[in-house]
This record gives sequence, structure tokens and C-alpha cells, in this order.
Amino acid sequence: MAQLSYREAVSRGIAQEMARDERVMLIGEDIGGAGGVFKTTAGLFEQFGRTRVVDTPISEQAILGAAMGAAMTGLRPIAEIMFSDFFAVCWDIVVNEIAKMRYMTNGQVKMPLVIKSGNGGSLRMGAQHSQSIENWAMAVPGLKVVTPSTPLDVVGLMAAAVRSDDPVLFFEHKGLYASKGEVPDGEIVDELGKAAIRRPGKDATVLALGLMVGRALGAAEELAREGIDVEVIDVRSLVPLDTQTLLTSISRTGRLFTVEENPRLLGWGAEIASIAADECFWDLDMPIRRITTPHIPLPSADSLEDAVLPSVDRIVQDVRKGVSL
Amino acid sequence: MTQDDELLTEMYRRMYLIRVFEERAIELQRKGEIPGALHTSLNQEATVVGATLALRHDDYMTGNHRSHGHPIGKGAKVDRLMAELMGKRTGVCQGRGGSMHLADFSVGSLGESGIIASGVPVALGAGISAQVRGTDQVCLTFFGDGASNAGAIHESMNMAAIWKVPVVFFCENNQWAVTTPIAKSTSVVDIAQRASAYGFPGVVVDGQDPVEVFTATTEAVERARRGEGPTLVEAKTYRILEHAEGLPIPSKYREEAEIDVWRLRDPLPAFAKRLTGEGILTEEQVTEIAREVVLEVDAAIDFARSSEFPSADSIFDGLYSNPIIPLARLR
Repeated sequence: MAQLSYREAVSRGIAQEMARDERVMLIGEDIGGAGGVFKTTAGLFEQFGRTRVVDTPISEQAILGAAMGAAMTGLRPIAEIMFSDFFAVCWDIVVNEIAKMRYMTNGQVKMPLVIKSGNGGSLRMGAQHSQSIENWAMAVPGLKVVTPSTPLDVVGLMAAAVRSDDPVLFFEHKGLYASKGEVPDGEIVDELGKAAIRRPGKDATVLALGLMVGRALGAAEELAREGIDVEVIDVRSLVPLDTQTLLTSISRTGRLFTVEENPRLLGWGAEIASIAADECFWDLDMPIRRITTPHIPLPSADSLEDAVLPSVDRIVQDVRKGVSL
Repeated sequence: MTQDDELLTEMYRRMYLIRVFEERAIELQRKGEIPGALHTSLNQEATVVGATLALRHDDYMTGNHRSHGHPIGKGAKVDRLMAELMGKRTGVCQGRGGSMHLADFSVGSLGESGIIASGVPVALGAGISAQVRGTDQVCLTFFGDGASNAGAIHESMNMAAIWKVPVVFFCENNQWAVTTPIAKSTSVVDIAQRASAYGFPGVVVDGQDPVEVFTATTEAVERARRGEGPTLVEAKTYRILEHAEGLPIPSKYREEAEIDVWRLRDPLPAFAKRLTGEGILTEEQVTEIAREVVLEVDAAIDFARSSEFPSADSIFDGLYSNPIIPLARLR
């Protein structure tokens, strides 16, 4: 058992898979000698060499196209898009090529490919280096989408993503890189499509992802002091979505809150709210409440960013109000 | 027949097969038996076959929106391609792909992208993969003069150059990007010149001469296989028909006289004449090849017509390797 930071867990997960399977390679900008701008690939270049850890020019379309070509011809690449905002530069390759190729060709080819990326706000980096873009990915048939919130999940979900025969977008939360957690020794392999109940409770279900999981747990602690017992679920995987765990909890508590860092319209919480309305409407004791970032680009000033990202206080207020209805 | 003569004969046969396949496909599209639009490569057959025959069976290729000829050139059976055009269950992609995705992986296709230039970085990846896996495979990527101005190609050329990736960048310059002529869209006279910006060779060939195309492409393929990096081959050819059948362009954007000049340069009669003139084939043999090809395409059409349409129950098949969210929630 070791205390690992979230960023160390990323390289630990990749190293585990590269050591196990020589078909796994890593490709991206500044990931090799420099160990990644977020130091999430530190040590991999030294351990696995330049053939399997490939530093590229700033060419996002070619990085992802190349990863796709490699995935179709016998390798299992992990590509890095440094900031998830940069997906917009190469979204064609993700949406029109990677996501569709298996389906369009009726399964003639597999696409065992992971695209890892630094995602999310709280680092005061402004509108083009702070976005949470899971919703973009969730909207595209053919992709799998995960966002780990703990170092242990980073390792296990990275392993699961690498072992998947389908393309997985692996969103690391930049605001969590420095956070630490216990990670046992030995091989760790998790499962895609499983949510985790982080805190059991009976009065309300609060769903969160990435950085928002910790804030939801913080809110649950405060609410517990007021006698409100909140269940916090870390959704972890948007595609596949663990509807069983989510719906069971929602039916039991009768109250659903989502905490979404993404801008409001068409957020993942809206999709889950729709599923909940379809499947357990009669178990609900109150309208579903979504706690989100307003529908704006993220401002960079700390006061503004703090004002717009869902906070512990906002979650406490919204849940308190909802539960009192 | 010598080995060279056999190769030249096969060259002619594949060119003729592409011609007949596409002419018949156009008829079927007009009759409503093939849905959607068809981007044909009529008059570009020498370019297509000269390039594909330069590849080994286990070499890869990526195509584009105008890719009926590419799998045929690489040796695909036309029955499953025709069934794909008709949207049948026996089609090479079971009706999921259609005209722009006659992706026959059994002959080395890595798919055809309907998005201009997007197949090019995929070829780069196949080349990198060959390097990582330690094979001597090469990947050739087809793109047009229009695509030569798109960013993904330039990113790919630079990366292929710095790592000497075994890729052949093959430009089918058919002079027109929908309604935009190359002179108005492109900063150089020869697209092949652009290779110099990335420090690898660029060659221009007559795209109506299959032997010239084959020779230059073979040299590029062998260079790539030796680990010496990419080459840009530009074949000058011409799009005789509209950008796409079934997608008419209402305005007149080019002169009939220009098209007439290229009609006189039809690669098929010219190559037949050369083969008979050099004593490689007799007139009768040329006629026999044509007869066999027509029968082959007839049989492909019969096969496609008699095949079933795919069942709507199959719509989720192949989306993921394993079932995900309960399907009822995705319908």
C-alpha cells in the first residue's frame, strides 16, 4: 500500500499496462522526456523507450489519427490530448473516425484506443484551458467515457480502458492531480460502467463526477450535522452508465440531485434526470434538481470561477431546500 | 506470358473492372436501386490501379469519399462491394457503410473517410504501428487535390518525415474540388512540390498512364519499406463526371471543351492499344477480358439484388465490442 497522488496514479496505471502488454504505446505532446506537462507520464519514457513512448509535434489531428491507425493494426495506443479543450481541434477524428469506424464497417475492425486528457476547472486557467467536456463525448455513439475521482480509480480505470476493445475517453481532472490516496501494491484492474457509492444515505441521492465528488461529500458532512442523510454516488463512467446503481439509489431516497461542473445545457445530469423520470418517476418525492455551472465559458478570475463552479455551500443550500419540500 | 506481361494484363483487367463496376453502379443509382450519392473515379482508373498494384497484399491503404476503385484495385471481390452500394446484408459492411465506405479490410483497407483529409493521419498511424511491431508493411493513403490544402495532411506529412514512417502520400489530382479548380485553390502548380517543405521526395506522374503510376509508386513503396521514409506521389488525372452522381451541381463551372480534351485521354483504350501494339495481348484477348469483366459485374449485381436487406434488429451490432447501457435506453 502506498500513498499516491492522482497524477502519479496516472503513470502507475499506464506503466502497469505497458509492462503487461507490449502492444500498449503512448503518444502525445511533451509526454516523453518531459513526463507530461502535468507530470502524468513521468518515468514512462525512461522505462519503455522512445518507440513506445512517442513525443509528437503540436498536431492533434495527426496524433489521434495516428493512434487510430495504430489501434486498427494491432496496437493498443494511449494518446494524450494535453488539455481537454484541445479536443475541439481534432474532434473530427474522434467523432467521425474513431467512434464510427467499427460500426460503419460492421465490426470488421476493433478500436482498442484510450485518449487521456486533462479536464476541468478550478485552476484559474480561463475559458480555453478549464472546460469539462464529458458531455461532448457522451453525445457521440461509439465512445466510452470515464472520469476517475481518486488515485485508486485512476489506476484501475486506466487498466480497464486499455483492456477495452472500444475507444475510451479518459478524463483526468486537473484540479485533482495533487490530491492523494491509498493505492494497494500489485495489479489493479477496475471495470468500466460501474458507479461507486462514496457515502451511503437515506434522504437524498447526490450524483457527482471528478472534482465535484469531493464537494458533494463535503456538503453531505455539513448536511449530516443538520440531520439530513445524503447518499453520494461517484458516477465515474458516463458510457457505459451504471443505471442499476443510480436508479436503485434514487428509488430508495426519492430525491435526486446532480452536481455537474459542465455548463448547464444538455449536461450528463440532464440525461440521468430523463432516465430517472422514465424509470422511477413514482418513487420521486420532489422534482429532480441539477446543480451546474451556468451556461457560460469559464471566467479565469478566482472570484468569478469560484462563483460559478458548484461549491460545497451551493450543494448544501440546494439539497437542504429540496429535502425540506 | 512473362511475369511483367501478366502484371500488365492484370492491370488492364482491374482498370476495366473499376470502369464497368462504376458505370453499372451509376445506372443502378439512377434507377433507384442504389441509394444516396456516388463519387465515381471514371477516367481515373489508371491512377487507382497503378497505385494499388504497387502494394503487397499485407500492405495497408486508406481511402476517401471517392474510393470505389481503391478496394477493387487492391483485389477486393466486387460482389460484396455492389451489395454494399445497394445497402444489402451481404455487403462488405452489411449496409452500414455505403458508397463512401466500401471498406474491405480483407484486402488491406483501413477504411475510407468521407471527411476530406481525415484518412491521411490514420495511414500515418498504420505506418507507426508497422515500425513499433517491427514489420516491413507500408501504408498508402489516397487523397485528392482538394484535400491537399487541408490541415490534417500537413500535420501527417511532417510527422511521417521526422520519424521516417513507411507511408506513401498518394495524391489523385483530378483538377477539381467540387466546383473549385486547382489553380484557384492551391499555391503551387504541382502538389508534389509541397513534399520539399517536409524534406522528402515528391514526384509527378501522368495519371492516365498506369505503368508510369505503378513505377513511381513502387519506388515510393520500396523506399518506405527500406525505412527511408515517405514520398508524395502526385498523379495528374481528371474527373470526367460530376463531383458525385445523385448530387447535381446546378451551376456550370467548367467548359465542355476542357472535359473533351480529357475524354480523348481515356486510359482504357490507350492502354489496350499499347498492350496490343507491344504484342502483350491480342485484340481477341482484350475483348475476352472485357467479356469476363462484364460477366463478373453482372454476377455481382445479381448477387446484390438477390440479397436481403439488413434487419432493423441489427442496428446496435458492432457499435461496441460488448453491450453497454441497456439498449432500451438508447432507442
